Amino acid sequence: MSDLPGDLLYTSEHEWLRREDDGTVTVGITDHAQASLGDLVYVELPEVGQDVDNGGDMAVVESVKAASDVYAPIDGNVVAVNEDLADDPEKINSEPYGEGWIVRIQPAGDIDNGELMTPDAYQALLDAEDG
Amino acid sequence: MGSKTPLFDKHVEAGARIVDFGGWDMPLHYGSQKEEHHAVRGKAGVFDVSHMTIVDLRGDRAGEFLRQLLANDVGKLKDSGKALYTCMLNEQGGVIDDLIVYYMNDTWYRAIVNAATRAKDLAWIRQHAADYDVDVSERAELAMLAVQGPDARELAVPCIDEEWRAQALALKPFNGMEAGDLFVARTGYTGEDGWEVVMPAAAAPGVWDRLLAAGVTPCGLGARDTLRLEAAMNLYGSDMDETISPLEAGLGWTVAWEPADRDFIGRGPLEALRNDPEYRRFVGLLLEDKGVLRNHQRVVVDGKADGEITSGGFSPTIGRSIALARIAAGDYDSAQVDVRGKLLSVRIVKTPFVRNGKIRIEL
Repeated sequence: MSDLPGDLLYTSEHEWLRREDDGTVTVGITDHAQASLGDLVYVELPEVGQDVDNGGDMAVVESVKAASDVYAPIDGNVVAVNEDLADDPEKINSEPYGEGWIVRIQPAGDIDNGELMTPDAYQALLDAEDG
Repeated sequence: MGSKTPLFDKHVEAGARIVDFGGWDMPLHYGSQKEEHHAVRGKAGVFDVSHMTIVDLRGDRAGEFLRQLLANDVGKLKDSGKALYTCMLNEQGGVIDDLIVYYMNDTWYRAIVNAATRAKDLAWIRQHAADYDVDVSERAELAMLAVQGPDARELAVPCIDEEWRAQALALKPFNGMEAGDLFVARTGYTGEDGWEVVMPAAAAPGVWDRLLAAGVTPCGLGARDTLRLEAAMNLYGSDMDETISPLEAGLGWTVAWEPADRDFIGRGPLEALRNDPEYRRFVGLLLEDKGVLRNHQRVVVDGKADGEITSGGFSPTIGRSIALARIAAGDYDSAQVDVRGKLLSVRIVKTPFVRNGKIRIEL
């Protein structure tokens, strides 16, 4: 079982969030999510400047196996996207919490919407899914 | 829990991600589907295909029976071990299943049918075999491995008893032979050279270990699907089913129209369709844009939504997305595909996309 980075927040859709020093939030998919998807071959990214709504479609990650939506975990505005994924989507497989980040969002307000999980809570969710 | 092949423990040992496939617990991949795909194109991979159903058909009238049951003609088979790919049709000309049948001798044929269609296939075969006094025996006690890739035969030959090796290496494509307890055939589902080997279940784990030790890569169903898609080999249930004729699934070449008096099941409706210039065509698509084509996406030709992708995915060999699709009759060079509401450009290409390690389409 992989160790979950302790400084991130998680969603039930297997995404992670990191609060950056400048107030933005970086979003990616978890190691569990990339392993379930298999080798990634294409990532459809949102436009920089686009508004996103909590729970709405934000990006699509496609593996050899299937296409999977990435949902916005908070309300906000896209301030950056990981352009490197266009040529190297497998970065999400190799470094899901690092070079494989997907989107950076300027939150519309307080990101603590009550749905985000601590590492322990997310681990419990994974354990329940495996069980 | 699903059914398990004799190699289930070996798959777990090799780190397989196990998925349900037609009621069987099968390996999807052992870490990276793409690496397994490339191993088969470049060297050798082994697939456990023991879930497939092996059926022996025995009787003095077995050949006569199969000439009625199957759309291709087993009358073409003269040499022991010779294989034939064919569809088994219903009375309407729809495909009940696609299968390989081997001619063993005049009173014994061996058919290998899909796992997901096992029950209906056996029922259909038995129903029609009764008239010919042909014995239909499922050989569930046998295991089967597909060893595929340019180096597959060379790496697998030590698994065969020495006395049979030279003869096995001399097998021509689509021919097989018995080699002691094994049945070895130069067939496959990847577009590469290789063998499919049928063996007693108890022998399978040992053969598996020897192949892996020889440097053959264990490959799962994921790579099997991308390999067969590149080779433009049909998948039952995706590219055709009981409502689709072989003509609309690119399998017209497997239908033996001559002799004209061979009245195989489904022949009448199939002949009518063959004379209808409007029957739907089965084509290969290459995505010009970025993205991935997927099953069931709509294909737009000549500005009309007039087709559907039956098998789509990413081609690891080409590095772009490819698909098989059924579209309206006509001569088209290009089309569009509706991918999540966006129309992406595709080129209509002559298949296969990839064969024997080489890209066969112009990029």
